[in-house]
Amino acid sequence: MHPLNRRGFLGLTAGLSIAALTGCGTQTPTSAASAPRDGGRLRAAFAGGGAKEVLDPHLANLFVEAARSKALYDKLADLGPDVSAQPRLAEKWEPDATLTRWRITLRQATFHDGRPVRAEDVLASYARILDPNRAFRAKSSLAVIDLANSRAVDERTVEFALQRPFVEFPNVLAAFGAYVVPAGTEDFTSPVGSGPFRFVSFEPGKSVLLKRHGEYWEGAPHLDELEFVIANEESARTNALLGGQVEYAHDLTPTTARGHEAGGRMAIHRAPNSAVQAFAMKLDRPPFDNRDLREALFLLADRPQLVESVLAGSGQVGNDLFGKGYQHYADDIPQRTRDLDRAKFLIRRAGAEGLTVKLDTSTAAAGMVEAATVFADQVKGSGLTIEVVTGNKDSYWSDTLKNGSLSSFRSGAMPIETHVAQRLLSGSGTNVTKWARPEFDALYDRAVSTVDAGRRDEVYREMQRSLHAEGGYLMWGFADWIVGAAPNVGGISTAPANTLDWARFDKVWLG
Amino acid sequence: MSLRRYAARRLALGLVQVLAVVTVVFLLVQALPGDAAVALAGDNPDPKRIEQIRVAMGLDRPPLERFGDWVAGLARGDFGVSLISGRPVVEFLHDGLGPTLVLAALALVLLIPLSVLLGVLAALREGGPLDRAVTTVTVGLHSIPEFALAVVLIALFGVQLRWLPPTAVGADLLGQPAVLVLPLVVLVARPLCSISRLVRAGMIDALASDHVRHARRLGIGVTRVRFAHALPTALAPAVQQVARTTDWLLGGVIVVEAVFVIPGLGTILVDAVAGRDLPVVQGLAVVFAVTTVVVNLVADLLVFRLAPRSVAIA
Repeated sequence: MHPLNRRGFLGLTAGLSIAALTGCGTQTPTSAASAPRDGGRLRAAFAGGGAKEVLDPHLANLFVEAARSKALYDKLADLGPDVSAQPRLAEKWEPDATLTRWRITLRQATFHDGRPVRAEDVLASYARILDPNRAFRAKSSLAVIDLANSRAVDERTVEFALQRPFVEFPNVLAAFGAYVVPAGTEDFTSPVGSGPFRFVSFEPGKSVLLKRHGEYWEGAPHLDELEFVIANEESARTNALLGGQVEYAHDLTPTTARGHEAGGRMAIHRAPNSAVQAFAMKLDRPPFDNRDLREALFLLADRPQLVESVLAGSGQVGNDLFGKGYQHYADDIPQRTRDLDRAKFLIRRAGAEGLTVKLDTSTAAAGMVEAATVFADQVKGSGLTIEVVTGNKDSYWSDTLKNGSLSSFRSGAMPIETHVAQRLLSGSGTNVTKWARPEFDALYDRAVSTVDAGRRDEVYREMQRSLHAEGGYLMWGFADWIVGAAPNVGGISTAPANTLDWARFDKVWLG
Repeated sequence: MSLRRYAARRLALGLVQVLAVVTVVFLLVQALPGDAAVALAGDNPDPKRIEQIRVAMGLDRPPLERFGDWVAGLARGDFGVSLISGRPVVEFLHDGLGPTLVLAALALVLLIPLSVLLGVLAALREGGPLDRAVTTVTVGLHSIPEFALAVVLIALFGVQLRWLPPTAVGADLLGQPAVLVLPLVVLVARPLCSISRLVRAGMIDALASDHVRHARRLGIGVTRVRFAHALPTALAPAVQQVARTTDWLLGGVIVVEAVFVIPGLGTILVDAVAGRDLPVVQGLAVVFAVTTVVVNLVADLLVFRLAPRSVAIA
């Protein structure tokens, strides 16, 4: 629709993020840099879930489901390159003075069957997610909505009533899985959405074929057809791409990227600050209920070495805070570096010399076991001993929430506010570090009810200062998200995974 | 013992075996850490949410009750529905059976004549250069794991030389037979070695046996002696090895399916176990158990025909 504007925007953001975040050159495919071209079928290989795969966007859990949902459906908002909420189906949002009533104006958009997207569809979709008898992923995010008192003002205006003042409400509209479906939809065998692609066919565990939705509100996609195929092994995705069987391979390892960057048969696209890699210490039990020991671990981590060896250089060092490069990130806090002497002193002061701590890890996410092993090595000679215990990968996240005192942790991108709400409040459902402080909860409440953006930012920074000083997350690095593509594929963005521009195929073309 | 009585006894035994396998599978999956709700919750393991998923899936019911319902359904030919996606288990089996059957059947079609031919040729040239060459290659090839062989073949013929597609991603197996070449080579390589070795050994023994010498004394032609008199005796052990290979082809192609991205029963099994999707795992266990029992039954009946004495004694 506006190829020039779009290309300019993408080029600008890509350039900025590379310059600002990586500081080193990321190659862009030369042949694809030519002007966008319409037509063709792009085949994209993702890891899948076999039996788990569904086309119900509210049940989406896997990356492939998120990518497919994005192609078929729209959310009211989605996350921009700095992981702040950007309007999508919602043209604009206006809170009232109390921040408890939000008026949302919908864009003029149509579903694939030609029906307009109405306020009623939005309310019905949210009611489905909030159904007390079901367990959709976005439910906890949407729980702030008082649905009984929300209403459709007219066809294209929704008024949401909230349970409490909440200035970050747009983050809720951008929540993972909060897609808008036509009112009353329960059958997703032939799904209808308002997204840039319409449904053609689905074979669970094998492929989903979609085609261009010509009337998409943001302009029709360049591609005629988009096919998602499933290849669980990373090597299979790489081979399929090298063999010309697919044009896009999602989630490659840094080793693959290094090996094929120069070959010319594959273009490597890195999205910085996509996944945080961390160790989580539990504050409610020994030994890490002792602040000195937490600080000692912070000082024992050799972050550049971890990034170099575990992420094969495809990442940036972390500063024990979530959301590097995101909106509200406290970039003014000095970077922690390794200090063995001070760590030794703190361990002695805590009376923990000779202590052995178990570090729970698993292959549930890439790099976790390797990071645990490297870290155990870095801790040697400090007085502490870390023993790496590899657990079951299918139940790892649930196990680590309850058991142990030190564990591997990894998270994808989300707004800092969401990270805090889900993991760091006394009542949070997935509080791995058991960080529970009334004064911190109060700061959060203050942040989400402060209208003034500058003052709100200051509260976020204060929260991050206390987390940096005393928290339980040792966030040592941020992994790049790596996708490989055929050299003739253009328009692939380098925004962090889980944000709007990640795995976004309506902006991609085959050159 | 008559062939019919023998078959009936084996079938009854087979039914008991299938039930036992299914029960053991149920108990083993129960013993795995976490259940379907935990696996589904993934990296968002909010305990409240896991509890809700558990209730929605009926996992809060006692395991014995769930198992009883499932076995009762099985008696009616109802395999139940997947815990996670709600799709009938029969659909999973149907979807996965196609690719796996294509692979297994083609592998057998290639494997049997090839290994018999190789074994017989080696036996007839016992001690000669051909025999020694075949022995060297088969022993060497047999020691390479499927995974390693697959990786090497893909790197060489798929990626480097680009002669063959490196995976079967998004392909229709029978519509694009080229995608089947590498997987079949990997599947056939090891059993080809073991079966041709067995045929060779059996053939050498048979050629030296009394009844073959007797047949020769009677003046029967060399070809007829070799293929009508010696070969059937030589095949008896090989047939049982083929039966075991068939089990392996159906259940153990997991590696080949994963490396070449062929969405067959192996892939479904791995996904279902990872997701703790019990009805699907049990449905697959039934299919694998029944196949194993039937294939071994057929093999035993064949051996019974080829060499009646060996079975009668057993």
